[in-house]
Amino acid sequence: MTALPERTDRKLGLVIDLDTCVGCHACVISCKGWNTENYGAPLSDQDPYGGAPSGTFLNRVHSYEVQPPEGAAQLVHFPKSCLHCEDAPCVTVCPTGASYKRVEDGIVLVNESDCIGCGLCAWACPYGARELDAAEGVMKKCTLCVDRIYNENLPEVDRTPACVRTCPAGARHFGDLSDPASDVSRLVSERGGVDLMPEQGTKPVNKYLPPRPRDRLARDAAEPTTGEIDVLAPFLEPVAETPQGFIGWLDRALEKL
Amino acid sequence: MHPAPSVIVFTSFSGLGFGLLFWLGIGLPAVTGWTAFAFFTIAYLFAVGGLVSSTFHLGHPERALKAFTQWRTSWLSREGWAAVASLIVMAAYGAGLVFVQSRWPVLGYVGAALCLLTVFTTSMIYAQMKTIPRWNSVLTPLNYLSISLGGGALLAGQITWAIWLLLAAGVLQIAAWLRGDRALTDSGTDLASATRLGTIGKVRAFEPPHTGTNYLLKEFVHVVGRKHALKLRVIAITLMSALPVLLLLLPFTHIAAAAAVVSHLAGVLTARWLFFAEAEHVVGLYYGAHAGKAA
Ligand code: SF4
Ligand code: SF4
Repeated sequence: MTALPERTDRKLGLVIDLDTCVGCHACVISCKGWNTENYGAPLSDQDPYGGAPSGTFLNRVHSYEVQPPEGAAQLVHFPKSCLHCEDAPCVTVCPTGASYKRVEDGIVLVNESDCIGCGLCAWACPYGARELDAAEGVMKKCTLCVDRIYNENLPEVDRTPACVRTCPAGARHFGDLSDPASDVSRLVSERGGVDLMPEQGTKPVNKYLPPRPRDRLARDAAEPTTGEIDVLAPFLEPVAETPQGFIGWLDRALEKL
Repeated sequence: MHPAPSVIVFTSFSGLGFGLLFWLGIGLPAVTGWTAFAFFTIAYLFAVGGLVSSTFHLGHPERALKAFTQWRTSWLSREGWAAVASLIVMAAYGAGLVFVQSRWPVLGYVGAALCLLTVFTTSMIYAQMKTIPRWNSVLTPLNYLSISLGGGALLAGQITWAIWLLLAAGVLQIAAWLRGDRALTDSGTDLASATRLGTIGKVRAFEPPHTGTNYLLKEFVHVVGRKHALKLRVIAITLMSALPVLLLLLPFTHIAAAAAVVSHLAGVLTARWLFFAEAEHVVGLYYGAHAGKAA
């Protein structure tokens, strides 16, 4: 049924830390690796070794430059996958019932054997989280690795989404966002986690932790008693303003010529 | 949005077909026998031909029947029901006119209402999309309905109705364009709200996820040059409304009537091309598109 559930028992989702993401794209690759050979149809590539490759991905990493009114611009790497919205517009537009939101954990899934590949759900998603696979003609999207998180055949440490498991920077966190005591909920409240495009009214479950300002070097160096970075600051002072030794002699000699 | 030919053809032709069926349903013109047969054949070719073409863009057309299941929530599903219901009712009504020379008015009115409902459901598939602010307006159903009624009146030979309705369709079309040009900015969705990085400073798309293209870019990020679009708008409005109205105001000849129909059809196809090609999907913001429009 493409009616949305009144409420879900849990809200499983991701918290993505834009402060720590280094933009390595490891989550993109592990996502594609796991999902091309597990839930549903494989994630096909077109012309993969040719001049114009393209393919289906459930997770993509953008990079943005943010220019504050003063100081250096900041580069922010921005992973984006399905946000498993509470008011998921992609589900209600689906004519076949292939798209649905699970009552038990809030995961939004596509039943591929019912999908006619009309693409309407991808139109309805503001985040570009759904891609119609060009080879299979069915809609693909993040499953929150539903085939890992409950999979008793995997060691417990691996029962998280592939992207979370693989992130070398620890920028991705998985958990139940309906439980205020969960690690992910605490992260969101401590770091001021936000919704993407709140004005679209989708109520995303996934949250983003905004990056902290990064260009503090100059200020901290000016105040050597605060901030960790200053431990090294005195050692980074130039040893001598005027050249000494051989270079100093050379300098003076050249000066006299 | 990518202006897919199958969808442009579908919305234009089926809109006209259902429009003509509406007029036949209310008995304008009150035809029977072979004349009725000719009118109904044209209407069904347009309506059904359009519907069939809409299945061309499906990934799995063989499962199309499943699309009838979710009418409680999905406008696409409702459209399917409305289309089938109007085609069945109008077939029964048409059979009465053609084969037994009798007009069953109640059936005709019900069929006519269903035809309008079909066009309305089609328009709501687009109008419901919050992700495409240009479409997310009451002007979208008004645009679709006025074109369908005006074009239908033209095909049905209802000269006076056609003149007024085609004029109305032209005015509503211009209104939709003018509102649409501000819609993305007015929606409040921009790169700052998409990334929530706006509190730090000015956000600029620096690097896309991949060097190549992808489904999202092909389907949703289509940018029409402003000058190009303006020319096409003038062509669309001229062919769709102005020229047919002028031709209808002239003393009636079959040549002029046929020219009015051809001109109208070409105008509607152009307007529909623009409807899709000019529509900005908010996902484009993530890729740095529409930067000039969104504040
Ligand atoms: S992110 Fe997009 S695909 Fe995922 S639930 Fe929200 S609207 Fe649907
Ligand atoms: S593409 Fe598939 S899942 Fe998406 S709306 Fe169409 S039928 Fe539903």
